[in-house]
Order: sequence, then structure tokens, then C-alpha cells
Amino acid sequence: MSSAQIEIQLIASIVAVACAIPGTFLVLRKMAMISDAISHSILPGIVVGFFITHDLNSPLLILLAALTGIITVVLVEYIQKTGLVKEDTAIGLVFPALFSIGVIMIAKNANDVHLDVDAVLLGELAFAPFDRLIIGGIDVGPKSLWIVGTILLITVTLLFTFFKELKVSTFDKGLAASLGFSPAIIHYGLMSVSSVTTVGAFDAVGAILVVALMIAPAATAYLLTTDLKKMLALAIGFGIFSAIFGYWVAHWLDASIAGSITTVLGFVFLLVYLFAPTKGIIAVMYREKQQRIEVSLLTFLLHLKNHDEESERHVNHLNEHINWQKVRAKSVLDLAQKNNMINIDNNIVSLTKKGDEFTSKAIDYIITNEDAQIEDMKDDFFLFRG
Amino acid sequence: MLGSFAVLRKQSLLGDAISHAALPGIAIAFLITGAKDSNTLLIGALISGLIGTFWIRGIVTKTHLKSDTALGLILSLFFGFGMLLLTFIQKQPNANQAGLDKYLFGQAATLVESDVWMMAIVTGICLIVMLTFWKEFKILLFDADYTKTLGFNTKTIDILITSFIVLAIVLGLQTVGVVLMSAMLLAPAAAARQWTNSLAVMVFLAAIFGAFSGVVGTAISASQNNLSTGPVIVLVAGVFVVVSFIFSPSRGLLFKQIRFIKNRRDLELHKTLAFMHQIAETHEDISHPHAIKLLNNFQGYTRSTLQKLVEKDYVQLQGNMWSLTETGFDTAANLYTKQSTEDE
Repeated sequence: MSSAQIEIQLIASIVAVACAIPGTFLVLRKMAMISDAISHSILPGIVVGFFITHDLNSPLLILLAALTGIITVVLVEYIQKTGLVKEDTAIGLVFPALFSIGVIMIAKNANDVHLDVDAVLLGELAFAPFDRLIIGGIDVGPKSLWIVGTILLITVTLLFTFFKELKVSTFDKGLAASLGFSPAIIHYGLMSVSSVTTVGAFDAVGAILVVALMIAPAATAYLLTTDLKKMLALAIGFGIFSAIFGYWVAHWLDASIAGSITTVLGFVFLLVYLFAPTKGIIAVMYREKQQRIEVSLLTFLLHLKNHDEESERHVNHLNEHINWQKVRAKSVLDLAQKNNMINIDNNIVSLTKKGDEFTSKAIDYIITNEDAQIEDMKDDFFLFRG
Repeated sequence: MLGSFAVLRKQSLLGDAISHAALPGIAIAFLITGAKDSNTLLIGALISGLIGTFWIRGIVTKTHLKSDTALGLILSLFFGFGMLLLTFIQKQPNANQAGLDKYLFGQAATLVESDVWMMAIVTGICLIVMLTFWKEFKILLFDADYTKTLGFNTKTIDILITSFIVLAIVLGLQTVGVVLMSAMLLAPAAAARQWTNSLAVMVFLAAIFGAFSGVVGTAISASQNNLSTGPVIVLVAGVFVVVSFIFSPSRGLLFKQIRFIKNRRDLELHKTLAFMHQIAETHEDISHPHAIKLLNNFQGYTRSTLQKLVEKDYVQLQGNMWSLTETGFDTAANLYTKQSTEDE
């Protein structure tokens, strides 16, 4: 590993962490698409900044870009407040317009300079180490490392200082307002941090990757936990992992680093999406299936309780009467028998004492619909599952 | 046109997501065929766009992640993957690869005649399908549960609409590019929404706005050097939206403000009249003159409201004195009773 490689990975990881922190809150506040809007609409800010300074690396650029990001948010909110269109439409209207302005400004005035749309949108991490910051003749490291490092430092400081406030206002705006801190200030604060992070990071990794780094780790973490602190930690972990792993994939494929980091993020998300213990697709489907069987069982027991005639309680009758397939009827029957709910005598099914009691309880619950009743029954249900 | 449905279904940003999600499809189609035939690329884009859309659906319905998160997630992940593939392709020894990135920003100038025909045909199909299933689309849009109870297969209709939106987006990609596609989808529809409450009119208007901004945008960009078509079209469409927001007769900001002011004036007028009525009631003769000074302490009173009342023939002015006329008294009395009945 050469020092350039280490530096690239370091930058990628820092960007990942810097993005994951505001990203978590954006996901929780249902504002994920705002980050996409910001990442596009900062373009005019950068262009204007460039016209003023003629220097792609001046801090003014970042400042102006962040300002445009905030303008975007304000515009979106203003349009939304007029009630003419929904929030998502407002976002969808504002950022392409701003982006177009940026593109046109570049095309008209800055054609001959090194500022082209591809570079802005896609970024190129591989060149980051060659753009070095030199202070007093001493090489202190890549410039973007310093930029994102500073941003990360600010973000982390803000996070620790205002963690409680952020937490409260994210989950309960009303409470936050009544406790005396203004949700608006926190909202715009968060937006500013997101804008600054986006701007600082985009030059290293490109606008699209910024969005991916903000949303994907947070969303992945959200599938695994509901604890805010754990979610933050997980999001940061996923971010770093994808950054480093993605770099090596890119190295191996000889392709864009930004793209491969995103792809790794995608795979991580896909894995979690499928296999997360409680919220993954497979877990959800399994649970749905279990619940279906439980409901079937209940229906079946109720049916038995309602009918005394032997013909209604014949095993074969189940198939036609409750309209179950053979396999399903069999599995329900087995389950009920295993739990000592029913007796099968000569293909005639009858309820045992336990089954009878259980069914009465179930009816009770269905009629009264009180939660207290279901609590006991939940224990009983666990019997079936075991 | 199809944008109308997207806007009304609160899926506006879907266009953005799909247009990004189409990128890996284009890249994969290119990798497989090795040729830059626009039709195969479009099919690739279509497929990956659809996969993206349905994955978004899956995330929203199966997990507790919200739709915005799902959209942003799919958008950025697919796009990143597409970038990976594109850069990978660039390293391949294949002379054809140049120009693939044109899909990113779109260049109407690169369109050849066959592309235009293709677009025309697809637009035609869209139109026919829309007219055939007009009723179904409409009902699904506004009351999905009702549609289900009527026995329509909501899923099929849903998939149909979504597929057509995806198709339209993928086609448009070539002209305006990934980033600006969502604006093309949204802006005409959002503008049209301000002018009407009827779906049919809205779709029609959106089509006109869209076509118009396309023509104007292309004209502007052709008249100047160095102006790419896509952004100009989007800006023209944006102007349409702003104009619609401000000037639309029933929902526009301007008229809302005017109505607001007018209402307030009416209210002041009524207040003054009611106050006069109170004073006049204390006298047997309703047209007994009173000094204008009496009104000075009253909030709603201004010289102009008094003038208006005179114009409406509710009040007569004689020098420094005013008196209620017969009609004025009756109106004021009615005002009062109306209010009191409403209060109860």
C-alpha cells in the first residue's frame, strides 16, 4: 500500500463518517431527498464562487455553495407552505431549476476553465492525494483531507453539544418546542451542516456518492436497530467499511472509486434488507407466514367450537368447508394436535378441554377487543411457535 | 402528461429516482451487446428503471423505512453502480464507448431521425393506453380502496401506470439528461395543476406546457452558442411554473393576496356599518344625523370606508354629519342577525 492509497482510504472513510452523522438524522426526519436536492443545487453557488475568486479551492466556494444549499431548503419550504404543491414536488421543482442555472452559467462563461459538470457531479477520489496543501513550504497532506477533516470535526462537536436537542426535536417536535428550544433553529442548523458536509465532500467523492453516503448507511442501520446511538454508530461503521472495501473493489476493477463505494454500500444494504433479524424481508415474510398459520388455527378452533355435528368435524370436511388446501389443513391440524388442543378420533376432530378454554378466550378477545386479554394469549401463541 | 399522474400520486421524486436508476441498465446493455444501438440501451434502461421502482415499492411496504429514504437510497445506489460500470467500460478496449456519458446530461442535438420516430411511436402508444384506461387510471388515482372494491385489479393498473412513467422517463433521458428529467416530468404537471381541478384538462394543459417549453427552450438554446438544450428547457418550464403559481386565477399567490385584501376591506366595511347601526338604533329616526367624529375612535373606520358606504347608498353624508339610509339600516340589521344566528 502506497501512501497515496492510504490517503485515499483515509479521505473516503472520513467523508463516510462526516456524511453518516447528518444522514442519520435526515433519514429519521424523513428528509432524505433534501440531501439529493442540496447536492445538485449547490452547483450555482460553486460557479458564482468561482467567478468571484477564480480559485477552485477557496473556502469562499464552500461557503457560497453551502449558502445555496440553504437557499434550496428555504425555497422548498416556501413553495410547500403556499400549499400549491406537495413537498416532494417542491423539491423536484427547485433543484433541477437551480442545477440548470448552474449548468448554463458554466456553459456560458467558464467553458475554458477546469470546472466541468462531470467533475462536480461525479468527483474523482483518485486525484485527491495529488492536490496537496502546502503550508510554509511543508507538505502537510492532501487538501481535501483537511477540508473534510475540519468538517467532520465541526459536525462531531455539534453532535456532542446538541445531541439531546437533536434527539428530542427529531422524535417529538412538539415536546422540543415546549421545552424551549426552537425546532426551526435546529432544523436549519441540521440543514446547514448537511449542506456544508455535502459541499466539502462532493469535491472529493462527487455529488451522487455524497447522497449515497448520507442515506445508505443510515437506512441500513435503521433496519438493524431503533436506538439512536446504536444507529449512529452502525451508520458510521457501515460507511467506513464501504469506503475501504469499495476502494479495493475499484482498485481491482480499475474503475471509479466513488461508483464502487456506492456499489458496496448497495450490497451491504441489500444483505441487511434481506437478512436483518427483525426487519429484513425474510424475517418479515416468515413472521407473516407464522401469523397466517396462527389465524388459521384460530379459525379452525372456532369452527370446531361452533359445530357439534360429526359431519362438520370430519377431517376431510375441513378441506371444503374452510376452503383450505390439503397441505395447509394438515399443518394446522398437526399444530393443534401438538398443542393438545384437539383430539382426533376416527377422523372426527373434537376440542380438548384446553382447546375449549383457549377458544373461549379467543372469542372473548375478539368480542371485547381489549389488549389485556391478548397478553395471556401471546404466551399461548409462543407455545405453538416452539 | 404522465407527469400529471406522478404529481397527483405524490410520487414526484420517482422520476428523479428512475432517471438515475436507468444508468446501470444502459451500461449493462452496452456491456452485453457491445454496440451503441439506442434501442437496446433503452431497453436496458427500462428494465433497470423498473427494477429500481419495484425495489422502492418493496422497501416502503416491507420495512419501516420511509419513501423518501427508499427513493434516495435507490437513486444513489443505482447511479453509483452505473458510474462504476461506466468507468469500467471506459477502460475496455472498445471504440464504441464514447458518448455513453451523453446519457447523463442529454443532448438533443445527438438525436437522429430514428430516435425521433421511436419517441413519436412510444408517445402514441402512451396516448392510446391512457385513453383506453382513462377511467381506471382516474379512479385509482383518487380512491384506490374504492377501485379495489369495484373489482379492478389495482396492482395491474398500478404497474401499468408505473411502467409508462418509467418508459417516458427513459425516452426523455436522451433529450434532457438524468438530472433534469425529473423537472421535465414535474414542472408541466405542477404548472397545469394550478389552473384546473379537472384531471382531463390538467393532463391536456401539462402536455401543452411541456411541448411549449420544449420548443421555446430548444429555440433559445439554438440561438446562442454554448447553451445546452436540457437546462434551458428546464428553466423555461420553471418559468411556466412560477407564472402559474403567481397568476393562476383560483390558486395563484397573486389572486390569493388580492382576495385576502378584499376580504379584509369587506370586513372593515361591515364593522363600520354594524357600529353605525348600533348608534342609529338608539334613535327613533334611523336617518338621524350623527357627527363623523363619533366614528373616529372606532377601529374599522377610515375615510375611504365611509366613502364606500356612501357609494353603496348605505349612508348619507351632510357636511360633518352622517346618517344611515333605509337600505343601510336594513343591511346592517341583517348583518347583525346573520351573525347572531351563525353564532348559535
